[in-house]
Amino acid sequence: MWRVGTVVALNDETETARTLKLEILEWPGHVAGQHVDVRLTASDGYSAVRSYSIASAPNSKGRVEITVERLPNGEVSPYLTQNVAIGDRLELRGPIGGWFVWRAEQNEPIQLIAGGSGIVPLRAMIRSRISAGGTAPFRLLYSVREPGAVFYRDEVQALSNKDNAVTVTYAYTRATPKDWPRPPGRIDAALITSATWSSNLGPTSYVCGPTSFVERVAGFLASLGNSPGKIRTERFGPTGDRK
Amino acid sequence: MAITSRGFSGRRSATDVKLPPGQYLTTDFPVLSAGPTPHVPLDRWEFTIDDGANVLRRWNWKSFRDLPTDTITADLHCVTRWSKLGTSWEGVSLDTMLADVKTDASYALVRSYGGYTTNLPLKDLINKQAWIAFRFDGRDLEPEHGGPARLLVPHLYLWKSAKWAQGVTLMQHDKPGFWESLGYHIYGDPWREQRYSGE
Repeated sequence: MWRVGTVVALNDETETARTLKLEILEWPGHVAGQHVDVRLTASDGYSAVRSYSIASAPNSKGRVEITVERLPNGEVSPYLTQNVAIGDRLELRGPIGGWFVWRAEQNEPIQLIAGGSGIVPLRAMIRSRISAGGTAPFRLLYSVREPGAVFYRDEVQALSNKDNAVTVTYAYTRATPKDWPRPPGRIDAALITSATWSSNLGPTSYVCGPTSFVERVAGFLASLGNSPGKIRTERFGPTGDRK
Repeated sequence: MAITSRGFSGRRSATDVKLPPGQYLTTDFPVLSAGPTPHVPLDRWEFTIDDGANVLRRWNWKSFRDLPTDTITADLHCVTRWSKLGTSWEGVSLDTMLADVKTDASYALVRSYGGYTTNLPLKDLINKQAWIAFRFDGRDLEPEHGGPARLLVPHLYLWKSAKWAQGVTLMQHDKPGFWESLGYHIYGDPWREQRYSGE
């Protein structure tokens, strides 16, 4: 069933990524980590659909945020990040997905690991935990190409400044902020060991990012003794707009 | 009644290929899995067919590879909307693997290393519609794409083509597998756009 969402706010996260805040009629609610299908229709009836992770916490107001990374040869993402204006109406279907989700009743330690725009569903989990007043300890390991590629910068910064409810570690793969202690490079076993929950605490891990990133990180987590059933992954390939 | 997206023209495919509704063409091969990739050494690999109580057939890698194989050209349709056409595989047909199995079962649950499962009617596994494939594009199937061997059942959405296949359980009654329990369609025909449960 397709629903109508009205764009009520837009926010640029980076040079290539934009958050769209939508108000959706009769939205049934969602769980952090789920996604929505967005359908665009041309004047001759041609349509294209892509899936996007929901970036916002469940709420009773029918509000849903998605953050869209513009892909160089994308069909839908350039439109959503460049053409859409406040007041436009989009068609949406969802929420979809029941595995890569975090529910407020989970109280085990949670390990979030994002590569690039893989932060989007993990941000929904963080917001969900905060809005539910949850006590599950969260850690976030966030890998980005360079400082300018961080999504939700102020929000994530505030998390790590505040009460340590969510401990944030950044990893930069190409360029670091000035005087950053770790040289630029991919996440390695040493960083996973120092920045993630020990497997004997029984954490559930959520890993989201490009395929090669997720393969690598999930492999490290498994080799450090995390049970494969507690490592949940969402991958986006070179083509996939979402996974 | 669709809402027209002001200023959206889309990127039509230049060719005349007919895709299932809501799909778009890709030339690369995205990876989708719910968890880490299992790495199954060939000397510990086995594949079994059971009826829920007893193992009816069992192969190790060598006896599996002694079975006659087919070369398969197949179009792949992923529920996340990409389609990849004309992919080439080598595998053993389920007709071959089920040849000596006597059963009155109507359904099958395909089991994978790593715990993944998917269900389908038994009739969708036979008549050269499904294979246990171990080679893609002339090369051994890579672990991230389901190697050593995966189910290939290309007439259904790709989540039915279980990676890291370990066996088939024959069942009298249908029983949802992993994604089928999490909101995806029990059958998954791309041409009828059976993506999500309730469609």
